Amino acid sequence: MHFRHILSALGRHRIAVCLLVLEIAFSCAVVCNALFLIGTRLERMHRPTGVDEPHLVQVDVHSVTPGTAEALMAQTRTDLATLRALPGVTGVAIVNQTLFGDSIGFSGVSLSDDPKAPSIPVTQYMGSAQLAGVLGLKLAAGRWFRPDEFIGYEQLRNGATGVPVIITRAMAGHFFPGQSAVGKTIHAFGTNRVVGVVDRLVQPRDYGPAEYYGYAMLFPVEMPYPGGTYLVRVKDPAQRQAVIQGALRALKADGPLRLVSPKYATTLEAERGKYYRNDRAMAWLLAGVCLLLLVVTAVGIVGLTSFWVAQRRRQIGIRRAVGATRGDILRYFQAENFLLATFGIALGMLLAYGLNLLLMLHYELGRLPAYYFPVGAAVLWGLGQLAVLGPALRASRVPPVVATRSA
Amino acid sequence: MFGYYIDLATRSLKRNRALTALMVLAIALGIGTSMTTLTVMHVLSGDPIPAKSAQLFRVRMNVFPDDTFTQGKETPDNMTRRDAEALLHDARADRQAAMSAGSMVVTPPQGEPLGVEARYTGADFFPMFGAPFRYGHAWSRDDDAAGARVAVISGALNEQLFGGGDSTGKTLRMGDQGLRVVGVLGDWDMNPRFYDLSNGQFGDSEQVFVPLSTALDLKLSTSGSTNCWNSAPDPHAASAPCLWLQYWAELDTPAKAAAYRRYLDNYIALQRQAGRFSHPGQVELQDVMQWLDAKGVVPSDVRLQVWLALGFLGICLLNTVGLLLAKFLRRSGELGVRRALGASRRAIFLQCLVEAGMVGLVGGAFGLALAGLGLVLVRHQPTDYATFIHMDLRMLLGTFALALLSSLLAGLLPAWRAMHVAPAAAIKSN
Repeated sequence: MHFRHILSALGRHRIAVCLLVLEIAFSCAVVCNALFLIGTRLERMHRPTGVDEPHLVQVDVHSVTPGTAEALMAQTRTDLATLRALPGVTGVAIVNQTLFGDSIGFSGVSLSDDPKAPSIPVTQYMGSAQLAGVLGLKLAAGRWFRPDEFIGYEQLRNGATGVPVIITRAMAGHFFPGQSAVGKTIHAFGTNRVVGVVDRLVQPRDYGPAEYYGYAMLFPVEMPYPGGTYLVRVKDPAQRQAVIQGALRALKADGPLRLVSPKYATTLEAERGKYYRNDRAMAWLLAGVCLLLLVVTAVGIVGLTSFWVAQRRRQIGIRRAVGATRGDILRYFQAENFLLATFGIALGMLLAYGLNLLLMLHYELGRLPAYYFPVGAAVLWGLGQLAVLGPALRASRVPPVVATRSA
Repeated sequence: MFGYYIDLATRSLKRNRALTALMVLAIALGIGTSMTTLTVMHVLSGDPIPAKSAQLFRVRMNVFPDDTFTQGKETPDNMTRRDAEALLHDARADRQAAMSAGSMVVTPPQGEPLGVEARYTGADFFPMFGAPFRYGHAWSRDDDAAGARVAVISGALNEQLFGGGDSTGKTLRMGDQGLRVVGVLGDWDMNPRFYDLSNGQFGDSEQVFVPLSTALDLKLSTSGSTNCWNSAPDPHAASAPCLWLQYWAELDTPAKAAAYRRYLDNYIALQRQAGRFSHPGQVELQDVMQWLDAKGVVPSDVRLQVWLALGFLGICLLNTVGLLLAKFLRRSGELGVRRALGASRRAIFLQCLVEAGMVGLVGGAFGLALAGLGLVLVRHQPTDYATFIHMDLRMLLGTFALALLSSLLAGLLPAWRAMHVAPAAAIKSN
């Protein structure tokens, strides 16, 4: 088409053209970055944990007056047996910390016992014998703990060392890149020999640099119930609420006076929802603002194009009188909008890139991937064509007779 | 004259209702989102205790042994029991309190055991943080020294356990142990809970307060971060190498604050001389707002939302500039007539600005309604600060100021163009 004619016509409305191009450009920049932010949130929310979440429920029990360590351990074993006997339950374990939970334990891990050796904080799961099976972890190398390797938490606190450890594949990659971690030694609680590597297990909550999220250790340590959480694996996810009710009833009926309440019993899925609620809210908010932004931009295009159409009624009439079809007029305004949108998008790409740099500086955010640019461009081209359709159709209906009337 | 402009503006706005509605909508959307996010920011970054925020100081120090010390690393939030007790013993501030968060299970005579949030601290805590008593009073410093079996409870817990009323003298039972209630607090919520940011920064305050010495005697469970640099069978032991206590001092004048800082420097120097470590050590003395600032209490998502909303407002304004320009230039004929009849350029400029300002004010009113709606949505978000987000008078007036200012700003360029309409050409072309 005759872009040169369009350009020279636009040259007569420099200010309005600049405004429209700027508006499209800023919209493009914000939409690209907002889509990217939504994408990062969604990606974060869908990170795998390595745990079979749909089959798990958890129950916290609080003691009123903690008795002796022996009494607590005895009660814990009784509780585990009680829970295991419940209908619909396929496995039970006690663990010091749960996924998405508030509490998180760390140890500084290094490859040498020199206190000056470089160490990184790695989270530790201390669980009873069935823990790996209850969580549904997958062994990548080595073996699980043997029954005779489990010790009580009291022993660990009193300085037990030489406890074997199972680490995640990500952690093994950090400490032993390119080699098998099984049989190697790390220093966490004294000296710990790595006996197995699991495919994946993550921190209960995000802590430290993003790549540490997949670093975790498992220790064969049995917690007393006030310091741990009962994890119950159900056969059928539909039975989760029934199992929770059954577990609460059974725990209440048995043992000393203690706090057993539905407030502290939940499914892992509910905990996941709670943990990511801010991310979900933020993603919705960003999507809402994007939508509003596009609406406002469309309003601007409709308004300014209507103004141009009204101003050029006579010229349109003359063009129609000298032989332009309705389609020609329609296509003229569509082409004009396409041209403006193209300028806006070109400028918008630069702005989007700059905005991304700014965000990277102030927030923990990666570089805007290139595929967001064509997405943003397509959205704004489409929006422009949609918005211009109404005014352009009105322009195409201007009758040729307008040319003969003096204004 | 001004009244005449308003009349003209009203007529002009009425003439093209669709365009007017679009402009009002754009401004209302921009203002609504901006004010929603700014209100959240305003509430979250507010001063939780305006009367005393300049007199309350968080005390922190770095007493790590040499092999754990890293120069330039941030001073830890919490203190060891050894240092906290030394500072409490010296009592160089007007008031001082060491504290930790905790959780307890109380057993009412009838009904189920109940989990409650607790704070283990000293007698000075209540006057320091302005906690009001509905019944009774705080425990005494002698109670602190003796580890007396006493407690102060919140009004809500008093309601729940004892059905309200004056419950001083009653016993708070925890299985076979009991604490005598000496005081019941009135309404008291610190948001953010600045004295301890490690356990939920926003929300209700604790339900039970117990002397720290008593909590240690009874081995009540603590919550919050406990950071030990060596293995410690009991991290709460008197000389355990563990950081777990928050320490606050009240210093009524800047001179006292300066003197206290010197005292802390001196304390660190003495510790070094005693051979605990050989590095220079670090001391931090920060008042409430400095402390909140250092901890970055406003979530980064909230900041991002503010920037996003302001960007959105900017685009809405750009849009309004375009629409106003179209509107004014479309009326070139009318403006030309006015100019020809003797109206000065200034008069045209002012008339156009009045019109823009009116769009702004109407947009602001709708924007306020949208912000109200936005805040309802924010309150329904499952964030811990959701419940106490509200708009105050300052933000209300701010809404209109922002709306008026931004619409006038948007009107400047179109009004400038309108006043330069050449009268002769404009009349002729019509």
